[in-house]
Amino acid sequence: MEFNANLFVQFLINGVTNGMLIALVALGYTLVYGIVELINFAHGEVFMMGALFAFTIIGMFTIGPDTPWFAIVAISLLALAAAMLFSGALNWAIDRVVYRRLRNAPRLAPLIAAIGLSFILQGIGIYWIGSNNLRPPNLIANNIRSINLLNEWFGLDTRIRLRPLDLIVVGITIPLLVWLSWFVGRTKTGKAMRATAQDREAAALMGIDVNRTIAIAFLLGGLLAGAAAMVTMYYTNTASFRMGFRYGLFAFTAAVLGGIGNLTGAVVGGLLIGIVWQMSDGFVQAYIPWWGAQWTPVAIFGVLVLVMVFKPGGLLGEFTPDKV
Amino acid sequence: MPMLEIRDLNTFYGHIHALKGISLDVDQGEIVTLIGSNGAGKSTTLKTISGLLSPRSGTIVLDGKQIGGVPAFKVAGMGVAQSPEGRRIFPRMTVLENLEMGAFVRDRPEPGDLERVFTLFPRLKERIGQKAGTMSGGEQQMLAIGRALMARPTLLLLDEPSMGLSPILVETIFGIIRDINAQGTTVLLVEQNALMALAIANRGYVIQTGRIVLADDAQALMQNDMVRKAYLGEE
Repeated sequence: MEFNANLFVQFLINGVTNGMLIALVALGYTLVYGIVELINFAHGEVFMMGALFAFTIIGMFTIGPDTPWFAIVAISLLALAAAMLFSGALNWAIDRVVYRRLRNAPRLAPLIAAIGLSFILQGIGIYWIGSNNLRPPNLIANNIRSINLLNEWFGLDTRIRLRPLDLIVVGITIPLLVWLSWFVGRTKTGKAMRATAQDREAAALMGIDVNRTIAIAFLLGGLLAGAAAMVTMYYTNTASFRMGFRYGLFAFTAAVLGGIGNLTGAVVGGLLIGIVWQMSDGFVQAYIPWWGAQWTPVAIFGVLVLVMVFKPGGLLGEFTPDKV
Repeated sequence: MPMLEIRDLNTFYGHIHALKGISLDVDQGEIVTLIGSNGAGKSTTLKTISGLLSPRSGTIVLDGKQIGGVPAFKVAGMGVAQSPEGRRIFPRMTVLENLEMGAFVRDRPEPGDLERVFTLFPRLKERIGQKAGTMSGGEQQMLAIGRALMARPTLLLLDEPSMGLSPILVETIFGIIRDINAQGTTVLLVEQNALMALAIANRGYVIQTGRIVLADDAQALMQNDMVRKAYLGEE
C-alpha cells in the first residue's frame, strides 16, 4: 500500500487548524487549574455560550450577496469581540458567584459544582437556540468558503486544499497565543498569576490580591474560549448547545496530555489532539477500511492513556518540588 | 507608642487554641525576638500579624491602625513584609522575578532596592537568572529575606531564618539581619536558635504552648536560668 502524501498533508492542515482551536480552549482549563487546581468542567459550556452569543449578534444584521466585504469584516470582528467578552465575563462570574465561595471547601465540592454548572449552561443553551444543530448566519459566502488558496493565490497545481477559513483560524489564534504568552510572562499581573499559582500564601504576603488574580485567570480563559467558539462555529458551520461537550472534552484531554498547568503544554496537546482527530477521521481510513470517525474518541483517549502511562505529568508537565 | 502593639491575641486552628492571649510590643528601630520550642505558637503569631490567619479576639495595632483580621495582601501594603517559615520562594520563577514579586506593593521598584539586596547577598546577583527552586537551602533563605526587603518594609517579620542552614551560614544571615536593622528596618524575629536570636536582639519574649511566659531585655534573658535550661541547652 502506497503512502498517500497528498492525503496526509491535507489532514495535517485540517489537524493543525482544528488543533489550534482546541488549544485556545485547553488554555482555559490549564490557566484555571494552574492557579486553583480545579478542573473547570463548565469551561466547555462557557465556550458554547460564546458561540451562541456570536450567533445572536450576527443574526441582528442582514447579510446578503450585496453586503460589502468591509461590512462583513466589521461584523465578524464585532462578533468575535462580543463572544470573547461574553465568555470572559461568564467565566469570571462563575468564579465570583460559585467557585470563590468554595475556595476553602473540600475539593470535591467545586468539582461537583462545575459539573452542575455545565448542565445548567447546556439547559440555557437549549432555551436560547433550541436543541437542534443550527447553521450560523451566512457570514462567509459559499464561493469564498470553498476557494483553494493554494490554487488561486499561489498558483500551485495541487489537490491539497488550504481554505480561507484555515488561514483565519491561524490568523486569530497565533496573535492570541503571542499576547497571552506576553501577558503571563512579562506583565506585573501575569507574574502575580504565576506567583499565586506556585504559592498562594506567599503571594498574599507579597501584597498580591489572590482572589482578584484568580478572577483574572478565569477572565483570560473565558476570553480565549469565546474567540475559539466564534471561529469554531464558522469552521464547522454548526452551532448547537452540544458543541461545548466535544470541544470541552478534547480540550481538557489536550491540557492533561500537555501537562496541566503548563501553558505551552496546552498548545502542544491541542495541536496533537487536533492532528490525531483529523487523521482518525479521514486519513487512517485509506489504509484500514473499517476505521472511521466513530473511532476518533478511541484514538484520542488511547493517545492520552499512552502518554499518562509513560509520562504521568503530561508531555511538558514537570514535577518541581513546590515546598522545600 | 510602640510601632506594633499586640494585646490579648487569641488565634485558633480549627478547634486548636494556638495563641492563648498573647501580648507583645515592638518599638521603632528594635530587633525583638520571639523564642520558643517547636509548636509553641511562634509562626502562628507571625501569621496572625501578617494576616494569613485571623485572630478570634484581641488587637494588633500597627502605627495606630488596627490590623487584626485584615487580609494579608492589605497588611503587606501597610509596610509589613514577612519572610515565611520554610522560605516559600516561588520555585519556578527566577531569582530576579522573585525579587520583583517582593516589590509588588510598590508602584515603581527603584534600582537602588535591587542593589541593596545584592550588596547584602552577593550570591543572589550571581544567580539572578536561575530558577529559585533549583538553589540550595541557604541561597533560598537569602532570597526569601531579600524578597521581603524589596518591599522596603517598615516592619520585617522573619520566621526561622536559621532553619536547616550550616552554622557558618547562620552566622552570616544573622550578621545581615543586624545590618538590615542598622539601616533602619524594625525586625520581629522568630527563632528556635535562641542563642543566636538573643545575641542580636534588643528584647525577647519566650513563648510556651501559646502563652508568653517571659519578657525581658535580650541580655537578661540570656542570663535567665529557665531560658538557659530550656533553650540554650545548659544543665
